[in-house]
Amino acid sequence: MYDVNKIREDFPILKIKVNGKKLVYFDNAATAQKPLQVINGIKYYYENYNSNIHRGMYKIAEDATARYIESKTKFAKFINAGSIEEIVYTRNTTEAINFVALTYGNKVIQKGDHILISEAEHHSNLLPWLWLAKRKKAHLDYIKLNKEKTGLDIESLKTQLEKKPKITAVFHASNVLGSVNDIKYITRLAHKNNSTVLIDGAQSIPNMKIDVKDIGCDFFAASAHKMMGPAGIGILFAKKSILNNINPLFGGGEMVKQVNKYSCTLNDLPWRFESGTQNIEGAIGLASAIDYINKIGIDNIKKHEQNLVKYAFDELSSIKNLEIFGGNNEKNKVGIISFAINKIHPHDIAYLFDKEGIAIRAGHHCAMPVVSELSKEHSISRMSFYLYNTTQEIDAAVNAINKIKNKFNIQ
Amino acid sequence: MPYDIYAEKIILNYEHPHNKGVLKDADTRFKEYNQVCGDEIEVYIKINNKKIKDIKFIGRGCAISMASASMITDFIKGKSIKEIEEYNVDTVKNILGMDPGPVRMKCATLSLRAIKEAVEKYKLEK
Repeated sequence: MYDVNKIREDFPILKIKVNGKKLVYFDNAATAQKPLQVINGIKYYYENYNSNIHRGMYKIAEDATARYIESKTKFAKFINAGSIEEIVYTRNTTEAINFVALTYGNKVIQKGDHILISEAEHHSNLLPWLWLAKRKKAHLDYIKLNKEKTGLDIESLKTQLEKKPKITAVFHASNVLGSVNDIKYITRLAHKNNSTVLIDGAQSIPNMKIDVKDIGCDFFAASAHKMMGPAGIGILFAKKSILNNINPLFGGGEMVKQVNKYSCTLNDLPWRFESGTQNIEGAIGLASAIDYINKIGIDNIKKHEQNLVKYAFDELSSIKNLEIFGGNNEKNKVGIISFAINKIHPHDIAYLFDKEGIAIRAGHHCAMPVVSELSKEHSISRMSFYLYNTTQEIDAAVNAINKIKNKFNIQ
Repeated sequence: MPYDIYAEKIILNYEHPHNKGVLKDADTRFKEYNQVCGDEIEVYIKINNKKIKDIKFIGRGCAISMASASMITDFIKGKSIKEIEEYNVDTVKNILGMDPGPVRMKCATLSLRAIKEAVEKYKLEK
């Protein structure tokens, strides 16, 4: 039995008040709140075994090293990677994707080659490829949005794959539309056309079971902070066969086995890609977040989000002059509802929501191409839900919307 | 200063902005952006004898930025270049009759920033 009230007790921040109202946190697609289990995991590290990893010859350094490696083991298992050799820690999803573009991308893309992304990518899965294409005088192609603007157009994907892109990089779940791509199918089609595949998993890692072996993708990028871990640590999954054939981006401590004046021997996977002191507390916090998700059950989290999306959709659909983006198929959505109210700018909406203690996001959501496609204001409002949100909170949002419409004299 | 930044006056100026449009024979113009929101505004200014003879604006953005553009462009007509150079956040607060607070101040001052830049450009070109 999913007990949302019991889950809420794990999150101290949900008890605070904003502008005299109980905080309603609906900006989970930006970052998730942290449960005590994660907060305490990091606190325990600081208070009991804070030390640098890998080479300390003393007890607490051994503990820290073991916990760091355990974090990788947990994450590898969480997404069903082959081993920790395929798990590289970065700062965030953005850095993971940039890393692929700067290493693998630089190596394989040549003048005249094609790179394929979609019109609905976050800037983090657009700019690294745009710049790579410019550096190499290659072509950047886009999979179009479907006619309903709820997701990607599969025919457009097929047409673009005929150009034989060397790299295909797409989102798993859209941070604007909330819609989920069939990445297993996309990967299969892309592989048939000899394209390697990168999946931007920033919005799916918090709430969907990920199995990289089943998906078959070559790269999968994600951030810990969206799954209740700390900010500043991201994850790149990359197939071992690929990692073995690319060079590290940064030189420094721990990434080499031996160094002399004019040469060096690289360390094993994945350590050769992690130079310098790593975000140790980040890795430990991530491990606590994985434990926490596993305790609740990722499928339960997904189901809860889908229930909230359906509830919100039903409630919002009856409001006049309000438009919802991304379609209403909650089975094919993560907990994201983007919307616009006729004649009221999203920033005014977000500001007035805050007066009711409700945190939502407004703007271009770092995905300007798709948001410009959806809105002539180039800006939309977004509510995003997670495991601790409730239908009562959605009711509060509906009340806020009605108040705002009154203020602006909108029917 | 009142707390409600969405006073009736602001909403009215947002719904029915004054001085909206372009001036084809403008002496100077400038486009300014608010990167936080993606708001943008372009002002067109006609200057005569170092004074603002006419001003119009086009743009898109939130109620605060658009209403303040409407009210600031009203206010600015007939003012001298020297006066405009001295206007600041407090001027905007007085024109709007409210304090938008630190976050929304960027929205409220967007048009004034554009006007100042346009005037600066005019001076450099003269």
